[in-house]
Amino acid sequence: MKNLKFLFTGLIFGIIITKAEVVSWFRIQDMFRFKDPYMFLILGSAVLTGGLFVLIIKKFNLKNFYGEPIVIPKKKFNKGYIIGGMIFGMGWFLSGLCPGPMAALIGAGYLPVIFAFLSALLGTYTYAYFKNKLPH
Amino acid sequence: MLENIIEIIRSPWAWYVSGPLIGLMVPALLYFGKSLGVSGSFRDICSVTMPDSKVEFIRNNNIKDNHWNIFFLLGIFVGGYITYNFLMDPKVELFPESFYSVKGVITLIIGGFLVGFGSRYAGGCTSGHGITGLSTFQLPSLFAIISFFIGGFIALFITDFLINLI
Repeated sequence: MKNLKFLFTGLIFGIIITKAEVVSWFRIQDMFRFKDPYMFLILGSAVLTGGLFVLIIKKFNLKNFYGEPIVIPKKKFNKGYIIGGMIFGMGWFLSGLCPGPMAALIGAGYLPVIFAFLSALLGTYTYAYFKNKLPH
Repeated sequence: MLENIIEIIRSPWAWYVSGPLIGLMVPALLYFGKSLGVSGSFRDICSVTMPDSKVEFIRNNNIKDNHWNIFFLLGIFVGGYITYNFLMDPKVELFPESFYSVKGVITLIIGGFLVGFGSRYAGGCTSGHGITGLSTFQLPSLFAIISFFIGGFIALFITDFLINLI
Protein backbone atom coordinates (compact mmCIF):
# COMPACT_ATOMS: atom_id res chain seq x y z
CA MET A 1 0.00 0.00 0.00
CA LYS A 2 1.51 3.28 -1.11
CA ASN A 3 0.39 5.24 1.92
CA LEU A 4 2.21 2.95 4.32
CA LYS A 5 5.39 4.96 3.83
CA PHE A 6 3.59 8.10 4.99
CA LEU A 7 2.26 6.31 8.04
CA PHE A 8 5.87 5.31 8.72
CA THR A 9 7.42 8.76 8.07
CA GLY A 10 4.67 10.25 10.23
CA LEU A 11 5.54 7.78 12.98
CA ILE A 12 9.21 8.78 12.83
CA PHE A 13 8.27 12.48 12.80
CA GLY A 14 5.94 11.91 15.77
CA ILE A 15 8.70 10.16 17.74
CA ILE A 16 11.21 12.93 16.95
CA ILE A 17 8.96 15.88 17.84
CA THR A 18 7.85 14.19 21.07
CA LYS A 19 11.43 13.33 22.07
CA ALA A 20 12.46 16.88 21.13
CA GLU A 21 9.69 18.16 23.43
CA VAL A 22 8.65 20.69 20.78
CA VAL A 23 5.15 19.34 21.43
CA SER A 24 5.42 20.58 25.02
CA TRP A 25 3.04 23.35 26.12
CA PHE A 26 5.75 24.50 28.55
CA ARG A 27 8.38 24.80 25.79
CA ILE A 28 5.98 26.89 23.66
CA GLN A 29 5.30 29.24 26.58
CA ASP A 30 9.03 29.65 27.26
CA MET A 31 9.57 30.39 23.56
CA PHE A 32 6.96 33.18 23.37
CA ARG A 33 8.24 34.65 26.63
CA PHE A 34 11.90 34.41 25.49
CA LYS A 35 12.70 32.49 28.67
CA ASP A 36 14.67 29.78 26.92
CA PRO A 37 16.44 29.73 23.52
CA TYR A 38 15.71 25.96 23.19
CA MET A 39 12.88 26.19 20.63
CA PHE A 40 14.80 28.71 18.51
CA LEU A 41 17.87 26.45 18.53
CA ILE A 42 15.71 23.50 17.45
CA LEU A 43 14.00 25.45 14.65
CA GLY A 44 17.29 27.02 13.54
CA SER A 45 19.21 23.74 13.39
CA ALA A 46 16.26 22.00 11.70
CA VAL A 47 16.10 24.67 8.99
CA LEU A 48 19.90 24.63 8.50
CA THR A 49 19.89 20.83 8.13
CA GLY A 50 16.85 20.79 5.85
CA GLY A 51 18.31 23.68 3.81
CA LEU A 52 21.64 21.91 3.40
CA PHE A 53 19.92 18.81 2.01
CA VAL A 54 17.76 20.95 -0.29
CA LEU A 55 20.95 22.54 -1.68
CA ILE A 56 22.43 19.07 -2.24
CA ILE A 57 19.22 17.93 -3.97
CA LYS A 58 19.32 20.98 -6.28
CA LYS A 59 23.06 20.79 -6.96
CA PHE A 60 23.03 17.12 -7.96
CA ASN A 61 19.51 17.10 -9.44
CA LEU A 62 18.65 14.11 -7.27
CA LYS A 63 15.79 11.83 -8.20
CA ASN A 64 12.97 10.83 -5.91
CA PHE A 65 11.65 7.39 -4.89
CA TYR A 66 9.74 7.14 -8.19
CA GLY A 67 12.83 7.96 -10.27
CA GLU A 68 11.55 11.44 -11.17
CA PRO A 69 13.39 14.71 -10.53
CA ILE A 70 12.61 16.16 -7.10
CA VAL A 71 10.33 19.20 -7.38
CA ILE A 72 10.00 21.71 -4.56
CA PRO A 73 6.51 23.26 -4.66
CA LYS A 74 6.67 27.07 -4.69
CA LYS A 75 4.57 28.95 -2.17
CA LYS A 76 2.72 31.90 -3.71
CA PHE A 77 2.47 34.85 -1.37
CA ASN A 78 -0.88 36.42 -0.57
CA LYS A 79 -2.24 38.59 2.27
CA GLY A 80 -3.58 35.45 3.95
CA TYR A 81 -0.01 34.57 4.95
CA ILE A 82 0.01 37.67 7.16
CA ILE A 83 -3.62 37.77 8.39
CA GLY A 84 -4.04 34.00 8.72
CA GLY A 85 -0.53 33.76 10.13
CA MET A 86 -1.39 36.17 12.94
CA ILE A 87 -4.64 34.32 13.68
CA PHE A 88 -2.68 31.06 13.77
CA GLY A 89 -0.09 32.60 16.10
CA MET A 90 -2.77 33.68 18.56
CA GLY A 91 -4.18 30.16 18.67
CA TRP A 92 -0.67 28.72 18.94
CA PHE A 93 0.05 30.78 22.04
CA LEU A 94 -3.41 30.37 23.64
CA SER A 95 -3.51 26.58 23.36
CA GLY A 96 0.23 25.98 23.26
CA LEU A 97 -0.53 23.70 20.32
CA CYS A 98 0.05 23.52 16.59
CA PRO A 99 -1.21 20.73 14.29
CA GLY A 100 1.61 18.15 14.63
CA PRO A 101 1.84 18.40 18.44
CA MET A 102 -1.96 18.06 18.70
CA ALA A 103 -1.75 14.58 17.19
CA ALA A 104 1.34 13.61 19.20
CA LEU A 105 -0.16 14.77 22.52
CA ILE A 106 -3.46 12.98 21.94
CA GLY A 107 -1.37 9.86 21.25
CA ALA A 108 0.57 10.50 24.46
CA GLY A 109 -2.76 10.41 26.31
CA TYR A 110 -3.45 14.11 26.99
CA LEU A 111 -7.12 13.76 26.20
CA PRO A 112 -8.30 17.43 26.54
CA VAL A 113 -6.22 18.11 23.39
CA ILE A 114 -8.97 16.25 21.47
CA PHE A 115 -11.14 19.35 22.00
CA ALA A 116 -8.47 21.52 20.37
CA PHE A 117 -8.13 19.07 17.49
CA LEU A 118 -11.88 18.90 16.76
CA SER A 119 -12.09 22.67 17.04
CA ALA A 120 -9.18 23.00 14.59
CA LEU A 121 -11.14 20.89 12.08
CA LEU A 122 -14.12 23.21 12.59
CA GLY A 123 -11.79 26.21 12.14
CA THR A 124 -10.48 24.77 8.88
CA TYR A 125 -14.04 24.18 7.67
CA THR A 126 -15.04 27.71 8.68
CA TYR A 127 -12.11 29.12 6.70
CA ALA A 128 -13.15 27.04 3.69
CA TYR A 129 -16.74 28.29 4.02
CA PHE A 130 -15.74 31.98 4.04
CA LYS A 131 -12.68 31.64 1.79
CA ASN A 132 -14.10 33.66 -1.12
CA LYS A 133 -15.15 36.53 1.13
CA LEU A 134 -11.81 36.87 2.93
CA PRO A 135 -8.99 39.11 1.68
CA HIS A 136 -6.16 37.17 0.03
CA MET B 1 23.95 -3.75 21.43
CA LEU B 2 20.22 -3.29 20.69
CA GLU B 3 19.64 -2.57 24.38
CA ASN B 4 22.26 0.18 24.26
CA ILE B 5 20.60 1.78 21.25
CA ILE B 6 17.18 1.74 22.94
CA GLU B 7 18.77 3.18 26.08
CA ILE B 8 20.21 6.08 24.03
CA ILE B 9 16.84 6.70 22.39
CA ARG B 10 15.09 6.68 25.77
CA SER B 11 17.38 9.23 27.40
CA PRO B 12 16.75 12.97 26.80
CA TRP B 13 17.96 14.36 23.46
CA ALA B 14 19.96 17.58 23.14
CA TRP B 15 18.61 20.28 20.81
CA TYR B 16 21.52 19.71 18.38
CA VAL B 17 20.30 16.13 17.96
CA SER B 18 16.55 16.81 17.79
CA GLY B 19 16.77 19.89 15.55
CA PRO B 20 18.77 18.29 12.70
CA LEU B 21 16.60 15.14 12.90
CA ILE B 22 13.51 17.31 12.40
CA GLY B 23 15.29 18.99 9.47
CA LEU B 24 15.97 15.58 7.88
CA MET B 25 12.23 15.06 7.55
CA VAL B 26 12.24 17.69 4.76
CA PRO B 27 14.44 15.69 2.33
CA ALA B 28 12.78 12.45 3.49
CA LEU B 29 9.35 13.65 2.35
CA LEU B 30 10.71 15.29 -0.81
CA TYR B 31 12.16 11.87 -1.62
CA PHE B 32 8.67 10.43 -1.41
CA GLY B 33 7.35 13.21 -3.66
CA LYS B 34 5.67 15.26 -0.92
CA SER B 35 6.44 18.32 1.10
CA LEU B 36 6.34 18.21 4.89
CA GLY B 37 3.32 19.94 6.38
CA VAL B 38 0.75 18.84 8.92
CA SER B 39 -2.12 21.36 8.78
CA GLY B 40 -3.11 20.30 5.25
CA SER B 41 -4.43 17.09 6.79
CA PHE B 42 -7.20 19.07 8.54
CA ARG B 43 -8.64 20.08 5.19
CA ASP B 44 -8.23 16.53 3.91
CA ILE B 45 -10.09 15.08 6.90
CA CYS B 46 -12.94 17.51 6.10
CA SER B 47 -12.85 16.41 2.44
CA VAL B 48 -12.89 12.70 3.27
CA THR B 49 -15.72 13.01 5.79
CA MET B 50 -17.76 15.43 3.64
CA PRO B 51 -17.04 14.43 0.01
CA ASP B 52 -20.22 16.11 -1.25
CA SER B 53 -19.78 19.30 0.76
CA LYS B 54 -21.22 22.38 -0.93
CA VAL B 55 -18.07 24.26 0.10
CA GLU B 56 -15.83 24.17 -2.96
CA PHE B 57 -12.52 24.26 -1.02
CA ILE B 58 -13.57 21.06 0.79
CA ARG B 59 -15.17 19.21 -2.15
CA ASN B 60 -12.62 20.10 -4.79
CA ASN B 61 -9.45 18.89 -3.07
CA ASN B 62 -7.84 16.32 -5.36
CA ILE B 63 -8.04 13.95 -2.43
CA LYS B 64 -6.21 11.08 -4.16
CA ASP B 65 -3.01 13.19 -4.16
CA ASN B 66 -3.57 14.67 -0.76
CA HIS B 67 -4.80 11.97 1.58
CA TRP B 68 -1.22 10.85 2.34
CA ASN B 69 -1.46 13.73 4.82
CA ILE B 70 -4.00 11.84 6.92
CA PHE B 71 -1.73 8.79 7.10
CA PHE B 72 1.13 11.08 8.14
CA LEU B 73 -1.05 12.57 10.91
CA LEU B 74 -2.02 9.09 12.08
CA GLY B 75 1.69 8.21 12.21
CA ILE B 76 2.38 11.24 14.42
CA PHE B 77 -0.40 10.11 16.77
CA VAL B 78 1.12 6.61 17.07
CA GLY B 79 4.61 8.15 17.42
CA GLY B 80 3.40 10.27 20.34
CA TYR B 81 1.90 7.19 22.00
CA ILE B 82 5.03 5.05 21.59
CA THR B 83 7.42 7.80 22.67
CA TYR B 84 5.52 8.89 25.75
CA ASN B 85 4.90 5.34 26.96
CA PHE B 86 8.10 3.54 25.98
CA LEU B 87 10.85 5.90 24.82
CA MET B 88 11.00 8.61 27.47
CA ASP B 89 13.16 8.13 30.55
CA PRO B 90 12.63 10.14 32.67
CA LYS B 91 9.08 10.86 31.55
CA VAL B 92 8.63 14.57 30.81
CA GLU B 93 5.32 16.33 31.46
CA LEU B 94 4.24 17.86 28.12
CA PHE B 95 0.90 19.45 28.90
CA PRO B 96 -0.31 21.11 32.11
CA GLU B 97 -2.90 19.73 34.52
CA SER B 98 -4.73 23.09 34.44
CA PHE B 99 -6.30 22.20 31.08
CA TYR B 100 -8.28 19.39 32.72
CA SER B 101 -10.99 21.91 33.64
CA VAL B 102 -13.90 23.77 32.06
CA LYS B 103 -11.79 26.91 31.64
CA GLY B 104 -8.97 24.83 30.17
CA VAL B 105 -11.23 23.12 27.66
CA ILE B 106 -12.76 26.47 26.59
CA THR B 107 -9.24 27.83 26.03
CA LEU B 108 -8.38 24.74 23.95
CA ILE B 109 -11.54 25.12 21.87
CA ILE B 110 -10.81 28.80 21.14
CA GLY B 111 -7.10 28.20 20.54
CA GLY B 112 -7.71 25.13 18.40
CA PHE B 113 -10.24 26.96 16.26
CA LEU B 114 -7.77 29.80 15.61
CA VAL B 115 -5.03 27.27 14.78
CA GLY B 116 -7.26 25.47 12.27
CA PHE B 117 -8.67 28.64 10.71
CA GLY B 118 -5.36 30.52 10.68
CA SER B 119 -3.16 27.74 9.36
CA ARG B 120 -5.38 27.14 6.34
CA TYR B 121 -5.75 30.91 5.75
CA ALA B 122 -1.95 31.22 5.94
CA GLY B 123 -1.43 28.17 3.71
CA GLY B 124 0.58 26.27 6.30
CA CYS B 125 1.60 25.88 9.93
CA THR B 126 4.80 25.53 11.90
CA SER B 127 5.91 22.52 9.85
CA GLY B 128 4.82 23.64 6.37
CA HIS B 129 6.09 27.22 6.65
CA GLY B 130 8.50 27.03 9.58
CA ILE B 131 10.43 23.94 8.61
CA THR B 132 9.72 23.18 4.94
CA GLY B 133 9.22 26.76 3.75
CA LEU B 134 12.37 28.13 5.35
CA SER B 135 14.46 25.05 4.43
CA THR B 136 13.49 25.53 0.79
CA PHE B 137 14.32 29.26 0.93
CA GLN B 138 10.81 30.60 0.35
CA LEU B 139 10.35 34.23 1.32
CA PRO B 140 6.54 33.96 1.71
CA SER B 141 7.08 31.40 4.47
CA LEU B 142 9.35 33.82 6.32
CA PHE B 143 6.51 36.39 6.26
CA ALA B 144 4.14 33.72 7.55
CA ILE B 145 6.50 32.75 10.41
CA ILE B 146 6.97 36.37 11.44
CA SER B 147 3.17 36.74 11.44
CA PHE B 148 2.84 33.60 13.62
CA PHE B 149 5.06 35.25 16.22
CA ILE B 150 3.35 38.65 15.99
CA GLY B 151 0.01 36.90 16.57
CA GLY B 152 1.46 34.97 19.50
CA PHE B 153 2.83 38.14 21.09
CA ILE B 154 -0.54 39.88 20.66
CA ALA B 155 -2.27 36.96 22.43
CA LEU B 156 0.40 36.99 25.14
CA PHE B 157 -0.10 40.73 25.67
CA ILE B 158 -3.89 40.36 25.81
CA THR B 159 -3.85 37.47 28.28
CA ASP B 160 -1.02 38.75 30.50
CA PHE B 161 -1.60 42.48 30.67
CA LEU B 162 -5.10 43.46 29.64
CA ILE B 163 -6.85 40.76 31.65
CA ASN B 164 -4.89 41.77 34.75
CA LEU B 165 -6.07 45.37 34.28
CA ILE B 166 -9.70 44.24 34.40
